[in-house]
Amino acid sequence: MTEPIINGVPASTSLPSGVPVSDASAAPAVNADAEQVGEPAVVESVAAARGPLALEAVGLGKDFKLGRGQVLHAARNVTFGLYQGAVVALVGESGSGKSTVAKLLAGQERPTRGSVRLDGKPVDVGSSHRFRQYKRQVQYVFQDPFSSLNPTHTVGYHLTRPVKLHQPEVKDVKAAVIGLLELVRLTPAAQFIGKFPYELSGGQRQRVSFARALAARPTVLLADEPVSMLDVSIRLEMLGLLNDLRTRLSLALLYITHDIASARYFADEVLVMYGGQIVERGPAEDVTQRPAHPYTQLLIASAPDPDDLGSVLKSANVGAGGGAARAGNVGPAATGCPFSNRCPLAIDKCKQENPALQLLTPGRAAACWRLDVAASSLTGSGA
Amino acid sequence: MSPILEISDLSVVYRTPGGDVRAVEGVNLELNPGEVIGLCGESGSGKSTLAYGATRLLRPPALVTGGSVRYSGRRITSGGEPVDLLTMNHHELRQMRWREIAIVFQSAMNALNPVLRIQAQLLDAVQAHLKMPRAEAHEKVAELLDLVGIPRNRLRSYPHELSGGMRQRVMIAMALATDPEVVIMDEPTTALDVVVQRDILAQIVELKERLGFAVLFITHDLSLLLELADRIEVMYAGRLMETGASQDLIRDPAHPYTRGLLNSFPSIRGPRRELTGIPGSPPDLRDPLPGCPFVPRCGFAVPACTAVDMTLEPWNGAHDAKSLLPGSAHLTACPIVTPKVSQEGVLS
Repeated sequence: MTEPIINGVPASTSLPSGVPVSDASAAPAVNADAEQVGEPAVVESVAAARGPLALEAVGLGKDFKLGRGQVLHAARNVTFGLYQGAVVALVGESGSGKSTVAKLLAGQERPTRGSVRLDGKPVDVGSSHRFRQYKRQVQYVFQDPFSSLNPTHTVGYHLTRPVKLHQPEVKDVKAAVIGLLELVRLTPAAQFIGKFPYELSGGQRQRVSFARALAARPTVLLADEPVSMLDVSIRLEMLGLLNDLRTRLSLALLYITHDIASARYFADEVLVMYGGQIVERGPAEDVTQRPAHPYTQLLIASAPDPDDLGSVLKSANVGAGGGAARAGNVGPAATGCPFSNRCPLAIDKCKQENPALQLLTPGRAAACWRLDVAASSLTGSGA
Repeated sequence: MSPILEISDLSVVYRTPGGDVRAVEGVNLELNPGEVIGLCGESGSGKSTLAYGATRLLRPPALVTGGSVRYSGRRITSGGEPVDLLTMNHHELRQMRWREIAIVFQSAMNALNPVLRIQAQLLDAVQAHLKMPRAEAHEKVAELLDLVGIPRNRLRSYPHELSGGMRQRVMIAMALATDPEVVIMDEPTTALDVVVQRDILAQIVELKERLGFAVLFITHDLSLLLELADRIEVMYAGRLMETGASQDLIRDPAHPYTRGLLNSFPSIRGPRRELTGIPGSPPDLRDPLPGCPFVPRCGFAVPACTAVDMTLEPWNGAHDAKSLLPGSAHLTACPIVTPKVSQEGVLS
């Protein structure tokens, strides 16, 4: 391995704050090209009230080279913490960089900038031994329960392996497997051990995925869209199960989703991502009820409202977000604020300079040059 | 107004060594011209089987065991007797498919051929079903992209060069290539995120207004239908549980299953509600329970539920003197839950 430590590049190479320097000025870029202007605000996370800090992303960035000089800034300057017993939701549309952040945290990708810290120490996944030790503490649950389980192996096999691997001290492996199945409420557990994935429903398969992740006795669980492949009627039950597990096992949980409504109900803190950057963060109820960033406002306006039928399809916002998408300008802007090409409030400054997170209250921040307008119009409408 | 598509008493089974899986059981459904009907239910409730069974797209071991599907489009019947899709021969079916009834398939995002350009795929659909000179077909394909708001220079693109939302739009354009009178959409927005999804729904509504086709919209997400559909049909275990105008269904749901569905999705607006969801999982359709199939998961089941005959009866609702639009009768298959019980708050 040429790059043995996950916190790849030390602070010395980071750009001086306040200077709108592009790190790939010669090449056309996908996602905003310019570094953020201004020092990102330090936010006191509400999730910290639940328990001590477990896993931390500090100024995390990831670039992918696309060839022909193009660089995709999949994640930029992402800073947040996961706390024992707390749920932090990472919300954003496809391609916003949610999964890239999760993969950086899981040690599956190495960051271009910034670092990941576990219990205050920089994470080292340089050797397979150290990576395994890291995985014992930080586990990942995948989106699709239909493809993340091996169709040729039984439920018992899927759970026996991680138990043997991560808990070598356990003598009675079968009892441990049954314990895991009961933990995720797959009962009677003995009946499920011999079943193959095709014999299970989507919800049951996702429970097996949870059990497999928990077999390592992790302190941190990274759940990448854990319910989006499931039926609406089953989702609630699964989120209830996850909620119960994080309380009982005091897990630090990262919940990645594109459904901001479920984040409202399930998470302590919500981070909204767009174009690889966190554009807004704060307590879940605050962010969903009084969104400050125009993108968060668009996301929330897109959710169907049972009390006002047809509001969404009629809403003026269709023009703002949808019009651009229809014209083929999907994706974030290449310069300035990533949302500037779809934002109804964008001014020239937005198209030139990329804003950093600015503090609204001690627990809330948003990255927008027009917060005076965006946030005040909202308090005025009394949402 | 007479319905353009009328499904009566349709039953479909899947023949398996372990016995027949009764996927659709005696379903009645009417689709009026220009109307959007939402067909909603969990995975395995039979909603896709119903649509594909009605259009003769199922292969063995699926078997349509009864019922009729009458279609009365302008071009086919010219005001005369409706034709029955279930008794058509192969040649007649070919005339019907795509030309009259088009389908936007599930996971349409992956339904495009990855090694052919968009243009070739749209041309293929147009030339297979419409007789027209080559130049005219090319122009038609370009017009189709205009229709769904994709720039014409994308004709030369391969599917991987388009975003998920654009691929979905191409699929919709393809379905509309032959100006069909009925479009069946099977979970067309499931894999898309909310902003794109909303945009596509708005476009479907706009195109429907402009071109006047009727839509049968299949989804497991009831919240989508609240925005889109004129009427909603709620399906469970192969049977219709409740049907009514969207407004009636959401304001005043009758069946405990519909109530469960409505209480399953977290709302982004308004006060935080206590969400309950629907505990348990759908029943085994090989061995149907007597009476109502929802009994094992229903919080309000009484012994009489096992004798319910599952016919849809009018529901007068918790509101007295509810003014019903003609043709928008609110029907429920649950005779146990009465407006009185509902008003006492036992069920809400």
